[in-house]
Amino acid sequence: MNDQFDIIVIGAGPAGISAALEADHHGASVCLLDEQASAGGQIYRNVSQSTPARTKVLGSDYLKGEQLVRDLRNSGVVHRTGVTVWKVGQDGTIAYSKEEFATQIKGRHVIIANGATERSTPLPGWTKPGAMTVGAAQILMKSAGIVPTNAVLIGSGPLLYLVAQQLVTAGAPPKALVETQTKTDLLRATRHLVPALKGWKQLAKGLQLIAAIRMAGVPRFTGATNIAIHGDEKVDRVSFEANGKNHSIQVTSALLHQGVVPNTQITRSIGLKHIYSGQQHCFHPVTDLFGQSSNIVFSIAGDGAGIGGAKVAALSGKISALNAVCQIGKIPKSKCETLAAPILKKRSAELAIRPFLDAAYPPPADVLRPADETIICRCEEVTAGNIRRFASLGCKGPNQAKSFGRPGMGPCQGRYCGLTVTQILAQETKQSHDVVGAYRIRAPLKPITLKELASLETPKEPETVK
Amino acid sequence: MFKLMEGEDAQGSFTFLFEGQPISATPGMSVAAALLAADVSIFRQTPVSQSARGPFCMMGACYDCLVYVDGMNVQACMTKARDGMKVTRVPVINEDIET
Repeated sequence: MNDQFDIIVIGAGPAGISAALEADHHGASVCLLDEQASAGGQIYRNVSQSTPARTKVLGSDYLKGEQLVRDLRNSGVVHRTGVTVWKVGQDGTIAYSKEEFATQIKGRHVIIANGATERSTPLPGWTKPGAMTVGAAQILMKSAGIVPTNAVLIGSGPLLYLVAQQLVTAGAPPKALVETQTKTDLLRATRHLVPALKGWKQLAKGLQLIAAIRMAGVPRFTGATNIAIHGDEKVDRVSFEANGKNHSIQVTSALLHQGVVPNTQITRSIGLKHIYSGQQHCFHPVTDLFGQSSNIVFSIAGDGAGIGGAKVAALSGKISALNAVCQIGKIPKSKCETLAAPILKKRSAELAIRPFLDAAYPPPADVLRPADETIICRCEEVTAGNIRRFASLGCKGPNQAKSFGRPGMGPCQGRYCGLTVTQILAQETKQSHDVVGAYRIRAPLKPITLKELASLETPKEPETVK
Repeated sequence: MFKLMEGEDAQGSFTFLFEGQPISATPGMSVAAALLAADVSIFRQTPVSQSARGPFCMMGACYDCLVYVDGMNVQACMTKARDGMKVTRVPVINEDIET
């Protein structure tokens, strides 16, 4: 064992940085582990090295991350960058690798702030080079200052509009927005509109983005179905149906997005309790108001506990840190509750818009129930039809599906097919998502080399009792 | 196809080799970003069906951007480009490697 800390935080996005800072503030020794070279997570990725051109394109919400990163630099938090966490033990022991060498550390309490991944969008042709997520395109803007010159954005949700507007500002307007939400979705969402008005600033920002996209003359198609991505080897065309007509657009980039879902690899690997959310169409770990999970050693903060966005994540990080420092006896319970009360109130106001957004931009049938021939496991190239056939042969759950045909057994370890496999099996076997369950996740959480394993310090022999 | 965004300059750029061809990168760029900027979109072929793949998530989750750096299989999106580094495509099983 190399190091012991009061608190270990995994992930340096808004939730993780805020959690680390708050715990540090209360006198805890804190280690913040992050896979990226610099703090910020995906939302504030590379914010401390942004150029004037990128800042202009990415806007003021992105720049808000700068202060957070600066505060982190000026704090007592031990920030380890470029590390891949590949094992989290039930007792708070964590193994990670950096530059081919592995280390183990232990925390009295661990705050998991590993965020979200974009929801998988299995569509015909989505594995072709040139098809990538909308988030990936945004990461290329943030980290490299490059933009796709000939793109169409496909899917739904606020990020679709944000990135479309950013591409317009960057001098690379997309050829079209192919949106999957329907008028019925929007009507259904209106019943959440009154509570959502608490989040009027976010609603106003959304409308501004849509107006900017319209001003730039980018065509928008809504209620799009039968979307397919074409090309011999790489993407050269996208086809779809909208307003009762067939459309075809020549492109080199197809950018896909259907919202984000909690990244549950770590939380699953520790065996924490999870539950399926019908509202967000995904699993999330079960937590109380303070982010406390079903294991006393672990709290979960940010999108990894359920999707709320960057502001909610930062507030959740603070709340989880208060819970954590209380757990290890740094502050009494009464102080924890007093300090958390105003933050909890603020968070609930920030969350007011969520039910509206979730209802207005749901994942469409094309994605929840992909066509038989569509690949759903990108690594092992297993199709939706394969999974349905496994179900007809008696396969009841995702773990059994692995022995039927290897879905989830490639290098991404089920990150992109897990949810889809559960959804298809739930439908085919007429069981609930919770009963069908999810892939069992085991260490190593990312592929590592034997050299890395071997580099771990050998544990000392236990002392013999005299 | 990708290009530098308006107002972004290629200051401090350097080159590395991909399959023996020089690729230009700016400081901080990942191997994946530099290859995309140089109009390389096909990074590898899958071991299952030898179909072409390129970067998909750009955040280290999907493993579709795997390349070889100094003989090691790495995620191009998680690997910073370095001056003079040698990057190649991952050998295709059944073609490049005899089993």
